[in-house]
Amino acid sequence: MKLITAIVKPAKVDDIKVALQAAGVAGMTVSETRGFGRQKGHTEIYRGAEYTVDFIPKVRIEVLVEDAEAQSIIDTIVTTANTGSIGDGKLWVTPVEQVIRIRTGERGGDAL
Amino acid sequence: MQAINSGDTAWVLASAALVLFMTPGLAIFYGGMVRAKSALNMMMMSFAAMGVTTIIWVLYGYSLAFGKSQGGFIGNLDHIGLSSTLDQVTGAEGHQIPVLAFAMFQLTFAIITVALLSGAIADRAKYGSWVIFVGVWITLVYLPVAHWAFAAQNGEGGWIIDKLKALDFAGGTVVEINSGAAALALALVLGKRDGFKRDPMRPHNMPLVLLGAGMLWFGWFGFNAGSALSAGSLAATAMINTQIATAAAAMTWVAYEKKRDGKATTLGVASGAVAGAVAITPACGYLNPMGALALGLIAGVVSAWAVTRKYKFGYDDSLDVVGVHGVGGILGMIAIGLLATVTANEAGADGLFFSGGTTQLNRQLIAIVAVAAFSFIATWLIATVIQKTIGFRVYRDDELTGLDTTFHAESAYDITGNSNRY
Repeated sequence: MKLITAIVKPAKVDDIKVALQAAGVAGMTVSETRGFGRQKGHTEIYRGAEYTVDFIPKVRIEVLVEDAEAQSIIDTIVTTANTGSIGDGKLWVTPVEQVIRIRTGERGGDAL
Repeated sequence: MQAINSGDTAWVLASAALVLFMTPGLAIFYGGMVRAKSALNMMMMSFAAMGVTTIIWVLYGYSLAFGKSQGGFIGNLDHIGLSSTLDQVTGAEGHQIPVLAFAMFQLTFAIITVALLSGAIADRAKYGSWVIFVGVWITLVYLPVAHWAFAAQNGEGGWIIDKLKALDFAGGTVVEINSGAAALALALVLGKRDGFKRDPMRPHNMPLVLLGAGMLWFGWFGFNAGSALSAGSLAATAMINTQIATAAAAMTWVAYEKKRDGKATTLGVASGAVAGAVAITPACGYLNPMGALALGLIAGVVSAWAVTRKYKFGYDDSLDVVGVHGVGGILGMIAIGLLATVTANEAGADGLFFSGGTTQLNRQLIAIVAVAAFSFIATWLIATVIQKTIGFRVYRDDELTGLDTTFHAESAYDITGNSNRY
C-alpha cells in the first residue's frame, strides 16, 4: 500500500475530490496548511506598510491506495491540480507498512 | 422643573446613546487591527474606559468640566455626585434640555476620548496600569480641556470657547487633537512593540475592522449632529456635513493608496472614513456642504500620508491615533478658519475664504497649539510616573505570549470547538 500526499492550491481541492471519486478512491483526508516552496510568500499592504507573508495557505491531501492503483491515482491528482503556474504544489509517495480499519479490525487492503 | 423642549431633549438623549455606541465600535475597530493574541485586551481597554470614566463623571468629572468656571481653566465642585442637577435645565431659551441629558451626552465624549488612546499602545500595556491611567488622565487632562473648549458660560466659561472664541463644534480639540497628542506621548513612554518594523503585525480580522468603522460612522451622527444640542436645522447641517466628509475621505484615502501602493485596501476605506469623520468633527456646524466636501477630500489624502510617518520617525503609534485623530483634528480646526461661513451657522464665523480675514484662523491655531502642547506634556508626565512606579509596559515574555492569556485568562478564538481537549 502507498500513502500519496499532495500539497495543492486550495482552489483545486474540489476538482481533485471529484476526480478521485470518479477514479474509485474509497477515502481521502484533507487539511488546511501553510508553507512555502519556490513560489515564496506574497506581500500584503496595511496602511501603506508592506508585510511579507512567507507561509502561503495550501491544502494537504492524503490518500491511501493499493500499490497497483497508485500510479493512476497519482496521475489523476497531478493532472487535476496542474494549472501551469508557480505554486501548484507537490506530491510525494510513501510506502505504508500496515493499515487497520478501527471499527472492524480489518487489515491491509481490506481496510482501505 | 422648568419647561423643557421635548424634541430637543429627545434628540440629545438619542445622541448620547449613539455616541456611547461608538466606544464598543472602537473596541471592534481596534480589536480587529491587532494580532489575535491580544485582541481581547485591546477591546477590554475600551470597556474599561466606559467603566472608569463613568464613575469619575458622577463623582466629580461633570462638575470639574462643566461647573462654574474658575478663571476659564476648570469648573468648580458644585455638582459633585451630580448634585444640583436633578431638576435643572440648560440651553438657550426655548431649547432647554435637562442638565442630566447634557451630562450624559458629554460623558460619552469623555469615554471615547480616553478609549482612543489605547490604539497607540496596543499589545504592550499592563491592564491594571491602563485602568489607573484612565482615571488619572480623565481627571488631569480631559476635564480641563473639555472645560476650556466646551463649557460656554455667557463669556465667563472655558477660555477657548468664551475668551479666545475659537470654534470647535463637536470636539476637534477636546477629543481629536487631545487624543492624538496624548497618544504620541503614550507611544513614546511605552516604547515600540517587540518586533516593530521587523515582524509582520498585520490586522488579524479585517471584517471586524470594517464592522467597527461602520459602528463609528453610525455613532458619529450623534457625536456631531447631537452637539447642536437641539433637533433643528443646525443638527441637520452637522449631520449632512458629517456624511459628506466621511464618505469623501474614505474614497480619497483609497485613491491615494491605489496610486502609491497599487491597491485600494479595505483597511484604507475604513481608515479614510474615520479620518473624514474626525476632520469634520470641529467644523460640521460651521461649514456649508461644499466646504465639508473639500475638507473630506483633503483629509483622506493627508491622513493616509500621515499614518506612514511613524515608520520614518520610529515611534510605534500602533493603530495610528496620531495620524488619524491628531492630524485630522488639526485639519478640521484649520478648516474652520478657512471655510467657515455664517450662512451655515449664524453663531459661527466667516473664514478666510469667506472674506472673514485671518482673525478666526488665528484663534483656531492658538487653540490647536494650546491643547496639543498641554495634552502631550501632561500625558507624558502621567505615563512616565506610572511607568516608573507600578510599571506600564508589560514584561517581554508576556508580550510575546499575548496579553489575552496574560491579563484576562482568555483567548479570543476557539475555532475548533474542542481545543480544550488537546
